[in-house]
Amino acid sequence: MKGVAVTGVGIISSIGKDLEETRHSLLKGKSGIGFPQNLKTRHNNLPVGEIALSNSELNALLKLNPKSAYTRATMLGIYAVNQLLDNTDLKNFSSDTGIISGTSVGGIDMTERYFKDFEKDPEKRKFIQAQHPGFSTEMIAEYFGLKNFVSTISTACSSSANAIMMGARMIESGKLKRVIVGGSDCLTKFTLNGFNSLMILSGNECRPFDENRNGLNLGEAAAFILLEADDCIGGKEVLGRLTGYGNANDAFHQTASSENGEGAFLAISKALKKAGISGNEVDYINAHGTGTKNNDLSESIAFRRVFGDEIPAFSSTKSFTGHTLGAAGAAEAVFSLLCIREQEIFPNLNFSTAMKETGLNPVTEVQKVKIDTVLSNSFGFGGNCTSLIFQKDE
Amino acid sequence: MSRIYINGIASISPQSEDIFETEPLKEYQDNIIPALNQDYKSMINPMLLRRMSAAVKMGLFSSKKALLDAKIDIPDSILVGTGQGCLKDTENFMVSMLNSEEGLLRPTSFIQSTHNTVGGQIALDLKCTGYNMTYTQNSASFESALLDSILQFKSETEIQNVLVGGVDETSPAFTGFQKLDGQLKQEPVRNTDLLASKTSGSIFSETSSFFILGSEESENSYAELVDVEIINSTEVQNIGKRTEQFLQTNNLSSSDIDVVILGNNGDSRYDSYYHELREKLFAGKVQLAFKHLVGENNSVSAYAFWLASKIMKEKRIPDFIKLNDLNCKEPRKILIYNQYLGKNHGLILLKNLDL
Repeated sequence: MKGVAVTGVGIISSIGKDLEETRHSLLKGKSGIGFPQNLKTRHNNLPVGEIALSNSELNALLKLNPKSAYTRATMLGIYAVNQLLDNTDLKNFSSDTGIISGTSVGGIDMTERYFKDFEKDPEKRKFIQAQHPGFSTEMIAEYFGLKNFVSTISTACSSSANAIMMGARMIESGKLKRVIVGGSDCLTKFTLNGFNSLMILSGNECRPFDENRNGLNLGEAAAFILLEADDCIGGKEVLGRLTGYGNANDAFHQTASSENGEGAFLAISKALKKAGISGNEVDYINAHGTGTKNNDLSESIAFRRVFGDEIPAFSSTKSFTGHTLGAAGAAEAVFSLLCIREQEIFPNLNFSTAMKETGLNPVTEVQKVKIDTVLSNSFGFGGNCTSLIFQKDE
Repeated sequence: MSRIYINGIASISPQSEDIFETEPLKEYQDNIIPALNQDYKSMINPMLLRRMSAAVKMGLFSSKKALLDAKIDIPDSILVGTGQGCLKDTENFMVSMLNSEEGLLRPTSFIQSTHNTVGGQIALDLKCTGYNMTYTQNSASFESALLDSILQFKSETEIQNVLVGGVDETSPAFTGFQKLDGQLKQEPVRNTDLLASKTSGSIFSETSSFFILGSEESENSYAELVDVEIINSTEVQNIGKRTEQFLQTNNLSSSDIDVVILGNNGDSRYDSYYHELREKLFAGKVQLAFKHLVGENNSVSAYAFWLASKIMKEKRIPDFIKLNDLNCKEPRKILIYNQYLGKNHGLILLKNLDL
């Protein structure tokens, strides 16, 4: 059997607390973008894709020990993995299950909150270690009783796509039989101010691939999928197979993408090669599509280079969720798997005019079409470009 | 299975790279110790150097030295393990943001704050468009990167050379917080006295060690990398069993190991993991330590990997890293075991070239 089987998914984002709510929002064109309520920031005029649940609500829902150091990314991560359990018939995970999470800033929400309190308030010091991404993954692992292989990838906005790729390679090499892969990132003042200082945040809802796009919206999400070796699947439903993946580096600039989309081109090409398919077999691309001038142009040029004039249907679901940074690759992997399961393409919101350089038009209405193969792109700072290919289980 | 050779090594730490040869051990009184300064300008454009944090310049410099050592221009993949990432730029941006109450901020520290800045900057400098990955899993960060490098050779047929390393830096406030939560010793301890310490906490440092792993043996090869294991949590009484299991998966047992390199860091709360292995599984084996040289940090096991490589190639073991009086003239198999605060246990197995 080709590729690695996906036997479970779980997600929480600004467009849904479970899979059905998520799909409903995607079908109804209901974005999660609004002004921040939970995040206390001076920049409350900047639209974000915020999850409505507050930290105390998450704490109560998950019945967490208040003495432990749960950051928001950790809580969202636990929530999403619980969703994964709910969506499968599993009660818990076998002890040999590994977990690889991707996150960009980990627990920095608590560091920015308590930075000036650590010195005088010993109660807050439990969050000192919690700043680091690996700590967040360990806390998620501990919640689910996973004690063996626990690792974390932090490659900015491609983190969780890379975690999914690494998980597949661990299964293919026989190092693991089962692995939970995905990622979690929450809204923080750190990232909001960071992207604001780069002047790439839009004051409106983002417009991926539009000629008049003027920046991205930040979002928060956690999404995890379960990968299993074929001899472990048993009677479980296979939601799709990860058949291709590729990572490459743009080697152009720390934050900007190259004009010729080299990193994206290489990542997509590697993923196609790994899947053993040609470009015309791709039915849909869930694009990285942040809504910045730079990314969307560079990504469009990479599409032209890979697919020529036959560019598959594509859309950016960041118009629904905002850019959820390290979690984006996993959230969009879940959307891609939904596309395959439901045989439908989710639209790119807020698009009206194709960019003049490439003239590409994303899908703007829900399409019910045959979907066997989906390509999902995730690109990050440091030139990090990753493409994943999910295919229908045969 | 194809073999993986360690073909180039480089290290920046509080100790000189010539520690085996001429240099006396450097002693430090502080609990936060910096890496020795390097002639960074000899290999990094001074214009770029000015903006680089310690992690980035140490990572880039040691990468280039490892490449030179292996006589390789560009690797096929770049893999970095860093437990705390670009701490200094993160702190700079955080402090500016908090002090200005989210005022007008310069983006420089923010864009350099992501964990993969080191990996990205190495790619940029070498113009290397290959696979580029950054792992950050506390004390198993380097082990994660090393494990990925094994998968690179296993699953990707075109991979010939992988650059892999571990790097961590310190920063004033963030590293200072680690004293508040007891990760650092409360009293000053000289590094050379660290292993005998009876108090909690350790001393923290900056280190960067990078390696070229190759699918072919070269004249410069140091040793073979056999396997890596990561165990997130296990009880002290089980660490021997888990270690033995790891060796068994490689068709070995503890009796096959000649030298064990242990991550003792003088923290009275958690050194029991090392004592357990010292007293039982590896009681009759050469036992080495390294954190009294270079301190503790989340990717310092890469320094142990550097030491192991050097021991294999030079076939000698300096007395100042020995925990017992045993000797081994020609180590054939070396096992590195490290953990931090009783979690994120890592096992790395190397063997010599003659087998």
